[in-house]
Formats: sequence, structure tokens, C-alpha cells
Amino acid sequence: MSDFKIEGYELKPGFKGMAKDTGSDQTMFKGVHWGKAMMWIFLLSDTFIFSCFLISYMKGRGSTIIDWPNPSEVFGLHVFGVDVPLLLIAIMTFVLITSSGTMALAVKYGYEKNKKMCGWLILATAIGGLTFVGMQAFEWGKLIHEGVRPWENPFGAPQFGSFFFMITGFHGTHVSIGVIFLFIYAYKTFAGHYDEGKRGWFTTMKGDYVEIEILGLYWHFVDLVWVFIFAFFYLW
Amino acid sequence: MDKTKKQEQTSTHKIGIYLWIWGLLFVLSFFSYMVDWYQFQGMLRWSLILFFMFLKAGLIMAFFMHLYWERYALVNVLLWPMTAIACFIFLMVAEFEYTVFTRFFYFVVGG
Repeated sequence: MSDFKIEGYELKPGFKGMAKDTGSDQTMFKGVHWGKAMMWIFLLSDTFIFSCFLISYMKGRGSTIIDWPNPSEVFGLHVFGVDVPLLLIAIMTFVLITSSGTMALAVKYGYEKNKKMCGWLILATAIGGLTFVGMQAFEWGKLIHEGVRPWENPFGAPQFGSFFFMITGFHGTHVSIGVIFLFIYAYKTFAGHYDEGKRGWFTTMKGDYVEIEILGLYWHFVDLVWVFIFAFFYLW
Repeated sequence: MDKTKKQEQTSTHKIGIYLWIWGLLFVLSFFSYMVDWYQFQGMLRWSLILFFMFLKAGLIMAFFMHLYWERYALVNVLLWPMTAIACFIFLMVAEFEYTVFTRFFYFVVGG
């Protein structure tokens, strides 16, 4: 961790501490790596983007006078002769939560400088993410095959397709980017870049296990967004 | 420098807390899937969905993203902007109600 606190500064808890930190004429986020603070700011802006998507979906679904397709049936699967509602989506949710848990543990082992465990857990997270993207591709293929388009679909209100492809597509893009970075970070962990303090590609910042936490923040955020998409798009 | 050291130690936590949260997330996801499985309808369905959603989101942010252990300066910078989203939701609810009203109205009365 880099600049923790300026020498002689007294950390106070709660709102008093917040007022003191903010008005300290020093770095405001005490003990927070700048990369972590910037990732949080980025995630905040990303929150607004996904909120705009979900709010426009709410507006679209609320203002149409044609019946909205029943997601329970549209996303149902026919397995072993039985119709199971939302089966694929449920599996995707569990896969994503699993990968979120392995990421949380990777961050923990990273801070304990346990290179092997950290690397394997990041790799497990990446594979979970890859599985998720694969299932999403399957789901898209299935719906496209059934005739769902951004402008029409056989199940009901025509807006359904455009919201579906936009929201899940944007989320899937985030997952895919995350998977790429997870593989890169798994390599960097195994190669020992965080133990040696090796510099990254476009930065003069020395490698440190805090980078795992920053990546973890991004990955948990992707999971967080899925929690909202699952609730509003698939269950509502 | 004692405090600095203490701060550094807080960034690693016991494994139990992560496993507990992980398990809870599975259970909550299972419950929210059950909402659909048993085909609850109306207010019951919506309130259950929202309840499980906020619980899951809160657990992920508090423990997996470590917000519970962060200083208030960071937590407040991140959480207060959410009120703007809440305002936007209320505005758009009013908007879609108006839109659907006019659609029904002209559908019945005619342009």
C-alpha cells in the first residue's frame, strides 16, 4: 500500500473522521491506494450507465400497452421432458456468484502474499466468467433463433428485444473484459510480478497485491450489476 | 507508525467471513429463484424480489468490496450519488404513467 497517511495525522472514526479527512488539506481517502479510489470512481460512473439502461427499460415496459413477454417462459428451458422456468438464468447467476466468491478469496490470499492460492483462485474466477459468457452466448443464440429482434419478437411487446440485447449485451461486454484481465492477472500473479514489484505496461506503478483488490472490485461490480438485472429483467 | 501497521492488517480478514457471505449469497439467490418457481404474483412477488436483491447487493458491497471496512470519506462519496438515481427513478415513473395514460386515452377516444 502506498501513501497511507501523512505523518502525524490522526485518524478519527465515523462522520467526524469523514469531515476531518475531507478537510485535511491532504489526500482525502486515507489509506486507500489511488488506483483503488480511481476504480471506485469508475464503478460509480458505470453504475450510472447501468442505471440509465434499467430505468429506460422500466420506462419502456411501463408505458407499452401491449403485454410484456413473460420472462419466466421466454427464458425457460425444456430439459428431460420438463419445462423448467428460468433454468439457464439461475445457473448463470450461481456461476457468477461462485466466481465472485473465488475472487474475494483471491484478494484475501493476495494480501497474505500467498502467490499460488491467489493465482489459482483468479484462474478459477476467469473460468467462471468464461462459462457465464458462454451461456449468455447460448441464450442469445436461442432467442435469435426463436425470432427475437431489437424491433420485434413473437412473444409480445416489440421493445423487449432492444432492451434485452442492450442490457445483457453491455453486461456481457463487461464480463468479457473482466475475463481478459483475470487471465492477464493470473499470469502476472504466477509470474511473481506482485512479489517483485515489477512495473506494468503503461504505468510507473510498482506491482503490488493491491492490484488484485482493484481487479476484484471490478469483478464484484459485474456480479452486483447482474443481481439487479436478474431481479428487474428476469424475475420482475 | 503503529497506526499505519494496524491499518494494513485490516485489509486481510478471516476466511470465515468470506465463506459465510458466499454461502448467504447462494441461499439468497436460491430464494429469489424460488420466487419465480412458485409463481408468486403481485405485491408479494415484487417485494420479495426487491428484498432479496438489496440484501444480496448490500452483502456484496459491504464485504466482498470491503466497503464495511472503508473509511466514511470513501463510503459517503460512493453512496450519496445513489440518491440521484432514486430521484431519476421517481421522475421516470411519473413519465411512464403519463405516457401509458395518453396511449390508452387516445386509443379509446381517438386522435
